[in-house]
Amino acid sequence: MTELIQAVNLAQTPAQMVQAVQNLAAAKDPAAIPTLIKVFGYNNPGAAMAAVAGLIELGEQAVPQLLSQIDDYNYGARAYSIRSLAAIADPRALDIFISIVLTDFAPSVRRAAIKGLGNLQWQKLPASEQSTAINRAVETLLWICQDTDWSIRYAAVVGLQAMAKIPEVRSPILSKFQEMLTNDTEKAVRARVLMANN
Amino acid sequence: MIETTGEEYSAENAPQLTPELAIANLQSSDLSLRYYAAWWLGHYQINQPEAIDKLIAALEDEDDRTELGGYPLRRNAARSLGKLGDLKAVPGLIKCLECDDFYVREAAAQSLAMLGDKSAITSLIKLLDGGVARAVQIPGRPHLTQPYEAVLEALGAIGATEAISLIEPFLQHPIPRVECAANRAMYQLTQDSTYGEKLVKWLAEGDIKLRRVVLGDLGAIGYLAAAKAIAQAQAENSFKLMSLKGLLEYQLGNDPENFSISPDAIQVMNLMDSLL
Repeated sequence: MTELIQAVNLAQTPAQMVQAVQNLAAAKDPAAIPTLIKVFGYNNPGAAMAAVAGLIELGEQAVPQLLSQIDDYNYGARAYSIRSLAAIADPRALDIFISIVLTDFAPSVRRAAIKGLGNLQWQKLPASEQSTAINRAVETLLWICQDTDWSIRYAAVVGLQAMAKIPEVRSPILSKFQEMLTNDTEKAVRARVLMANN
Repeated sequence: MIETTGEEYSAENAPQLTPELAIANLQSSDLSLRYYAAWWLGHYQINQPEAIDKLIAALEDEDDRTELGGYPLRRNAARSLGKLGDLKAVPGLIKCLECDDFYVREAAAQSLAMLGDKSAITSLIKLLDGGVARAVQIPGRPHLTQPYEAVLEALGAIGATEAISLIEPFLQHPIPRVECAANRAMYQLTQDSTYGEKLVKWLAEGDIKLRRVVLGDLGAIGYLAAAKAIAQAQAENSFKLMSLKGLLEYQLGNDPENFSISPDAIQVMNLMDSLL
């Protein structure tokens, strides 16, 4: 492992970096987690995608470090962290997703958190916490259906479509969809609502 | 990685204006207030008749000049008039195509493309005089003799089929962005997929700046066959989403009230979902 990590730190060219990250990810060893997260900040999209894939593969065990090492000063890096968390879908990401959806300035990061919010594995929470968590997620998603950025509203529809499978929150979601079908100014968003309704 | 759809900061950084104040500011003695007001009216879509009239008047402004003889206020007024969608602006914008300031001509051509009025075709064609041989860099300036990209795009957007033989030579222009603009226009005027595929080729081979431009081109022409290439392009997701939105809107047709989602539209939306 030390060698694989060392190879990432010593990579001289973007291509060497991608290869080194792929090798490290392939080891599927939790010891790789901090290095894989660090790669998000290297402005090398190929390497970052390989790191995302590696972290998703490691799954739940990567979640605590992903949550604690989100880069507040680099929204490119932040987007990769959120995409990893969204794909792992561990509900411990709920609070960070909500906070990003409501307050982050970068649309790419918000969209990733929105999609993630809709797809968390609620059954992994203790039964007593499930309905509160689900309601917080749904409220957040319903709220941002009035964002001025069409791509945020589009992402919200995607998130809500996933949550509409949960019987308790289905009805407010369907009525929001109905409202958007009539009122949303963007044809692309209305089309996405139609697709969610089908 | 830089992500600019131009919307990251704009609204927050702006001093607070109202439509009334912005319209009044177009005649302020402070030139920077005029300049800002002209931008603001377009950005916030203030298409009140008074705003339109004053912006049209600002196309002939003589007060605001740069060291190089440019007309900053005219540029902003021309840009905003395109966004406001009032055809009353067309004659004034056509006149701007003859302005000494390259950037006024460029802004006018872009806005005429948005307004889509066929009366601009003759004047736009005139800017292609001399063909590719004349379309060269002006020494010491960062631009060509004319705003060819904007002119070619405008002719395509307006549906100027009579210009096809004049546009075609620009497919051989040595500057990729001009070549792409010509392909974009040729596709719009002929619907021949050869031109769409040329853009897809540049999407794979161009540098990051060109890839962003081509993503915009493919979205603007709604070239469905490019959907997967767009989703896989090496560029920021925001640009890819905008491009796919253009494809999707073409699939949905023109009736704003009544549309259904075809399998093609669903395919595009699935790609968009994957980019969130």
